[in-house]
Amino acid sequence: MGEVEGHGWDAGKAALPAWSLPKDAVDRIALPAEWPERVTRDWAFGGSTGNGARVCILDSGVDPGHPLVAPLESAVAISLGDDEEPIANEDTEGDVSGHGTACAGIVRAIAPEASISSVRVLGASFTGTGSVLLAGLRYAIDQGFDVINMSLSTTKKPFASVLHELADSAYFKRTVLVASAHNMPVESYPWRFSSVISVGSHEEPDPLAFFYNPSPPVEFFGRGVNVEVPWSGGRTLTVSGNSFATPHLSAICALILAKHPDLTPFQLKSVLYLTATNVMSARSEAASADPDRPNANPGGGEQ
Amino acid sequence: MTEKSELQAAVAAGVIGSEESFRALLGAIVDVARSIFGARASSILLLDEDTEELVFEAVVGEGEDELLGVRFPAGKGIAGWVLATRTPLVIEDVRTDPRFASDVAEGTGYVPSGLMAAPLLHDEDALGVLEVLDRPERSLFSLQEMELLGLFANQASIAVDLLLRARRAERVLSADAGELAVVARLAAVVDGLEGDRREAGLRLLRELSDTLR
Repeated sequence: MGEVEGHGWDAGKAALPAWSLPKDAVDRIALPAEWPERVTRDWAFGGSTGNGARVCILDSGVDPGHPLVAPLESAVAISLGDDEEPIANEDTEGDVSGHGTACAGIVRAIAPEASISSVRVLGASFTGTGSVLLAGLRYAIDQGFDVINMSLSTTKKPFASVLHELADSAYFKRTVLVASAHNMPVESYPWRFSSVISVGSHEEPDPLAFFYNPSPPVEFFGRGVNVEVPWSGGRTLTVSGNSFATPHLSAICALILAKHPDLTPFQLKSVLYLTATNVMSARSEAASADPDRPNANPGGGEQ
Repeated sequence: MTEKSELQAAVAAGVIGSEESFRALLGAIVDVARSIFGARASSILLLDEDTEELVFEAVVGEGEDELLGVRFPAGKGIAGWVLATRTPLVIEDVRTDPRFASDVAEGTGYVPSGLMAAPLLHDEDALGVLEVLDRPERSLFSLQEMELLGLFANQASIAVDLLLRARRAERVLSADAGELAVVARLAAVVDGLEGDRREAGLRLLRELSDTLR
């Protein structure tokens, strides 16, 4: 229960019944009145450098010496032992494809002071990819990262239920899982789960432009086309794909969480919604159309 | 696949298509992909699960004479990432990536400066990767092209699935793995006959069938 202390929870008092809220306990879950009447980008992440937020890149490894990425807080490689048990060793290989370095570079560019760690789940063997992916995600959740960037997915249905449990467990432990939506018409996971933040691509050049999608399962669109990124070997490339839109949202989550570290994933998603490029312009239009109604954000000022 | 369905597949393959015709279909797909994107080359790589390697199964444009059949580790480079993560991506200036399988490309004298790659997915499996190399430099990549790439990959994965089925069927036809394989071989032989010999073959089979009933 320690994780809710920041919201006025007093662990010294008698615990609440598991799934209910008696009348006399309402005061005990009072939230700090720090939400403004109108949530703006300036309130959400203005001035934030990501300092204090811990981001994990679950991918092909990260080149630890790339000047556009360094330094890394930690880097491990996940593999399977003889009995299929997962093993996390210090990663001395770096990046086996270049992709993880690109994701880390996107986060570093937007949230320069965020802590970045690498959990490598690719490269050990091709056939074990799904099991290693699950083991790597479980490891990353256990480490208590604030944000886990998952620019990859699996189409293997047997892994879906375990992934679902892991995604929910991350959600309840206040680790935000940011996952790439697939841009082909196939069933893949974990991006389709509602406990993650799923990301597709838009074509705008602004790295901080992101859009809320009112037609899920894809919830947000981040910059994912013609993005200049660092690549392994100290290089820089221009790349496109949802897998590059995802670290843009991860980085914005890191900016918000650095400034508001007590936000739950639900609250973080609400802040993302309220500060999404399309939602902000809709709110501005509504506000300018009705000067007596400055806040077109239903419920946003009530927190 | 059960022995019965393998037999059916084998008989069907003998009648409706061979490995060569499915390979021609793959060739046609990469040809159209290259043409639509205005690219210098396009290829389809298939995963060999036994060796964990990617194999060039169809190549058009630059390198088409040298790359066919060339293999490299499936866990390596950009195609390996696309295969393992089942996720398409687009990269400009691949030469700067030292882990791109440049030894393969340089051996042919052709090193691409841009690469679009999409996984070939069938049901839950990743069968391989579709690549389009060196789009024209004048054009910035767009999401419309990404969608088009996905459509080609989907079409290619259907063709690849057919090719793999034909190969499995071929194994049933050529090996003595199952005692019913002789029936599949017989079907293929009769299907290859013409004129009076075909008539006679079919008549013989009908009578054999009546006798054995």
